Amino acid sequence: MELLQLVIGGLANGCIYGLVALGFVMIYKASEGVNFAQGDMMMLGAFVALGFGNSDQMGLPFGLAVIAAMVLMFGVGWGVERIVVRRIFGQPQFALVILTIALGFVFRFIAGSIWGFTPLVLETPFAGQNLRGGGIVISLADLVTIGVTLALTIALWAFFAFTKVGLAAQAASQNQMAAYIVGVPVMRINSLIWGLSGAVATLAGVLYATRGAIDPNIGLLGIKAFAAAVIGGLGSLPGALVGGLIIGVVEPVAGRYAPGELAKMSPYIIMLIVLVTRPGGLFSQIQMKKV
Amino acid sequence: MRVVFKTSYDRDIDLHEHGRSRARIAVLLAIMIVLPFLVGDYYLAEATNTLIWALAGMGLMVAVGHTGQVSLGHAAFLAIGAYADSALMNTGLPFLVSFPLAGLVTGLFGALIAVPAVRMSGIYLAIATLAVFVIVEELVIMLEPITGGVGGIMAPSISILGLTFDRYAALDHFYWLCLAVVALVTWGYANLMRSPTGRSFLAVRDSEVSARALGINVTRTRALAFGLSSGVTGLAGALMGHYIGFFNYELFSIFISINLLLVVTIGGLGFIQGAFLGAILITAVPQLIAILRDNLVAVGVDLSGVPGLDTMIFSLILICFIIYEPTGLYGRWLKIRTWFEVFPLARRDMFRRQKSYLKTERMK
Repeated sequence: MELLQLVIGGLANGCIYGLVALGFVMIYKASEGVNFAQGDMMMLGAFVALGFGNSDQMGLPFGLAVIAAMVLMFGVGWGVERIVVRRIFGQPQFALVILTIALGFVFRFIAGSIWGFTPLVLETPFAGQNLRGGGIVISLADLVTIGVTLALTIALWAFFAFTKVGLAAQAASQNQMAAYIVGVPVMRINSLIWGLSGAVATLAGVLYATRGAIDPNIGLLGIKAFAAAVIGGLGSLPGALVGGLIIGVVEPVAGRYAPGELAKMSPYIIMLIVLVTRPGGLFSQIQMKKV
Repeated sequence: MRVVFKTSYDRDIDLHEHGRSRARIAVLLAIMIVLPFLVGDYYLAEATNTLIWALAGMGLMVAVGHTGQVSLGHAAFLAIGAYADSALMNTGLPFLVSFPLAGLVTGLFGALIAVPAVRMSGIYLAIATLAVFVIVEELVIMLEPITGGVGGIMAPSISILGLTFDRYAALDHFYWLCLAVVALVTWGYANLMRSPTGRSFLAVRDSEVSARALGINVTRTRALAFGLSSGVTGLAGALMGHYIGFFNYELFSIFISINLLLVVTIGGLGFIQGAFLGAILITAVPQLIAILRDNLVAVGVDLSGVPGLDTMIFSLILICFIIYEPTGLYGRWLKIRTWFEVFPLARRDMFRRQKSYLKTERMK
């Protein structure tokens, strides 16, 4: 029973890792770059929703506040691509890594100077409501998290697999020049994907905030989400979710049954094992390099 | 424009392009040696700190600048170096033995990690080193008998042949010790870069496929570069431990890794000089911010209540450099120097970089 309870809590946690990882994967799918600021975008999204929704701030209804925050963060993601990322177009990959790490600090500073560094609680309609059955307690927030994550993963997967824009984004990442020649507006697609990943990050942030207080340093969760994306294989949306769930479940179980600090290390140990044994991740998409 | 007239093949691979460059280095070294007589203790301590950062920066430069392996986990190697040195000295070994041993241990650990890690490239390697960093941080807390756990560990004061090199009691001695280490490492590094090994690092960085076609063992070269890089960083960590005196795992946070990346990127990727310029910047800017803050208080603006301002300013500097001057401070200096040397023939596109367009091996 205890194990089952841990697993269910872990699944909900894993969904949040998975959601942040989805943001990584989307940008990776579209531009083969990694946005290390994704965790901080999630944090900023949660704070923006809090700013719109909490009764002592703007006091909008919860649903409206979340949608407003997603729209605003879409703008932030789009703007970041437009103003900063586009300028390093054509530079080596690691330039983007360093750039987005720096951006993450800027986001953290912005959130810290607006909302302060003391933890705040987002007011949600499903706070404190639990479902009981057979000795297991499931909070409504967990159920909502799992449901939203599943729906979003399927929607994004369909977006990349079937829509014209999604396919164009994949073409742009596989061969920028060729995609440009056949008429894919590479730049505009990149901006759009960054905007979308901002909106997804906001959703992840809001779901994270339903489960506890938030402060500007929760963005560090991004590192764990990153491990999730790598375990699934960067570039695979279902893989990101599976990676997130693996980490989410292993962490509390290891915390309960394994000694000491092993629980904190477990996501990274799993990631290293996956990287060594299957360098492309569980849902590998990389073929051997051919000359 | 200066024309170097070469009369033998040895001149082609000489460490210095011409006599004046050799003289410049000698003058610089002389000034650095007499520095303790010129400035007070405060600035001497800052200079020591800068030297240690430059050493760590050189360590990272081997990996990032010269072999093209981005590492986000070099703080872990600093930590291993610091803990190994202090722990060995606490068992009674003299500094002259424990210091190289600390570098060796770190280098071996780095090479051990590199064996699986070099099979990855680019982003994946950066992530793997990040994971290694987190694991090392937790290990430091777990291995309490050696590392002192959360409480921390004391770096014993150094004495060689009866001379004391304590950070507080004999700062000038400690400064000279750091200077000697940095000078030796720089000399070795510069020589390495003109040896076949160093050249193969560059070949691997510029094109892995061509390097392999030329008969370079890419895996071994990258592992060697990563091991060397972590070894040098470990030496810097050992000195940093002595400089701080008493430290625990919090000294080596992820921010240190990022500051180190800042040192090499802002200084100039692929130039040894870049590591020094970056180190000067990263140790000077917090001081400048502090001075600026005091002056702003005098005119009525109080910024002391804004937390994280330093990090924010660093981040903005970094963003501006990546966008506007990807070759860093040293690259900018080269451009300015060339402009003067060829005056008035400098053209705008002399340093234009080839843009590379993305292609991937992903098939789905």
